[in-house]
Amino acid sequence: MLGEGLLKGLAVTAKNFAASYVSAERLTTVQYPEERIAPIEATRDFPFLVYDGEDWEAGLRCVACQICEKECPPKCIYIEKSKDKKPDFVGKMQIYPARFDIDISVCMSCQICVEVCPFEAIKMDTEFELSTTDRFGGLLHDRRALAKSNGHYRKIHPTEAGEVDARRAGEKAKAEAKAKLDAEAAAAKAAAAAKTAEPPAGAGD
Amino acid sequence: MIDKLDQIFVLFEHWLLGYLPAFWRQPAGVLVNVVAIIAVFPTLMAISVWLERKGLGRMQNRLGPNRVGPFGLLQPVADGLKSLTKEDIVPRNADAAVHFLAPLVLLVAAFMGFAVIPMGRNMVLVEMDAGLLFYFSMGAATELSVFMAGWSSRNKYSLLGAMRAVAQMVSYEVPLLLSSVVVVMISGSLSLTKIVEAQNHYTGVFPHWYVFTPWGLAAFVIFIVAATAETNRSPFDLPEGESELVAGYFTEYSGFKFALFFLGEYIGMLSVAALGATLFLGGWSAPFSFLGWVPSWIWFFSKVMLSICFFIWLRGTMPRLRQDQLMNFAWKFVLPISLLNVLVAAAWRFLGGGWRQWVVCTLILALAYVGLGWGGMRRKRFGPRRYRYAE
Repeated sequence: MLGEGLLKGLAVTAKNFAASYVSAERLTTVQYPEERIAPIEATRDFPFLVYDGEDWEAGLRCVACQICEKECPPKCIYIEKSKDKKPDFVGKMQIYPARFDIDISVCMSCQICVEVCPFEAIKMDTEFELSTTDRFGGLLHDRRALAKSNGHYRKIHPTEAGEVDARRAGEKAKAEAKAKLDAEAAAAKAAAAAKTAEPPAGAGD
Repeated sequence: MIDKLDQIFVLFEHWLLGYLPAFWRQPAGVLVNVVAIIAVFPTLMAISVWLERKGLGRMQNRLGPNRVGPFGLLQPVADGLKSLTKEDIVPRNADAAVHFLAPLVLLVAAFMGFAVIPMGRNMVLVEMDAGLLFYFSMGAATELSVFMAGWSSRNKYSLLGAMRAVAQMVSYEVPLLLSSVVVVMISGSLSLTKIVEAQNHYTGVFPHWYVFTPWGLAAFVIFIVAATAETNRSPFDLPEGESELVAGYFTEYSGFKFALFFLGEYIGMLSVAALGATLFLGGWSAPFSFLGWVPSWIWFFSKVMLSICFFIWLRGTMPRLRQDQLMNFAWKFVLPISLLNVLVAAAWRFLGGGWRQWVVCTLILALAYVGLGWGGMRRKRFGPRRYRYAE
């Protein structure tokens, strides 16, 4: 009959109205500044730069390869390469970003920079309280503001950070093994060279 | 003492006017009444906005506003202050004069309705013989203001909203009037004071409100439907349709003019609730004879606020109708049944007292409701969709 659906609907809203006063678990509202819920692990908003160790400047993983800058759809990343080089985690000499800016008012949180980074240097943060009274300078984050420790990364995305750390440890071990092999080979070669070099030296004697 | 409490506002006015020379008493009395109306109903509007935001929140398992003042009670004040401090933008292409006048016309027309509504015993601004007629003629002016707003803004959304509003208001004005006509037929008066007095009798403890008769109940339901449509309330909020038309006819309004539209909408709602209470719920009369000692104005305002709560409940429940559904409902269901209701009211009048009038009237209306609901409101079944390839 006409109007049945209306009555059913009214009953549903009346039930919700009354029950919201009785059972608190119905209310989904979180009283935000006072109450907070922990973000879920997959939360992401804006990118940050990961650094290892204590010194943020020395520990930055970024090698200023500019892949993220080129891939960024809204072009919110600006990188200037350094003139000099510093050793990375395996001891290889790499250039580093002399300037690394992200304009978070332009960033659309797509995570493409994270996906393309071959050095695990840029990751997504969960920090969302970024409001500022300075809408130009305050939203343009420089290298210092973007640099966050690997500990922070491990805290906000534990699973992902664990994988990254394992991968990097593997790479480092491989690099060390290779360096050791290389060193041994070099030593052997040097020894062999010394051996082969000796007779002429002796011959020359 | 109880009589004094009932007449407290009337006595207060008399006392106030006693300080004036006799010549000025009449105009000053009108002025005092007008000021009272202009003070009371915006306050009630603020309360209903708060009720609405809280109530809708609870219906959606939210808390509603709770930051400004205790229980968020000062939220309407904060909203008002905010709209006062906002920039008033008039589009460059707008017809500035009409654009400026539209909210004023709406508000004035909405307030004018209260002039003839008795808000308590002896509490009516103008004792007009044709009060109901005056009310409806003023109500028709809101349509004009809505169209003024939509037309003068020179915006497609505004114009579409205004077109929808006019179509809807014209369609539902007819059942609104027809549902009130039966009350006039039975009570024999267009004066709202007389209509209330006609309902202020009791059988045992129960009142003779018109809603407790078959034709009265039918008229009341039609009245609620038509009133929600007239005030552009959900589920008939197509003229605003925020998901389709930004804000409908007041898209191009900002600052305090927007607030005036908002106020006008709620004042219209309060006014139509007041009329509904007057016509069908016995106005200021008590719901039971033994409650007659409670001041009459308390009954009137509690009836109005209860109607507002019902409107809020309805808004929290119903999705918006489509334009064709709206029109079908108005012309295929509401109009025929309200026309039939006029006949039923006449039959009630001439069938004489006793059970016969009850049985006959109830039967006719129930059959019409079921029949029209089945025949007129049937959903068209088109069957499963079939894709045909082009040959």
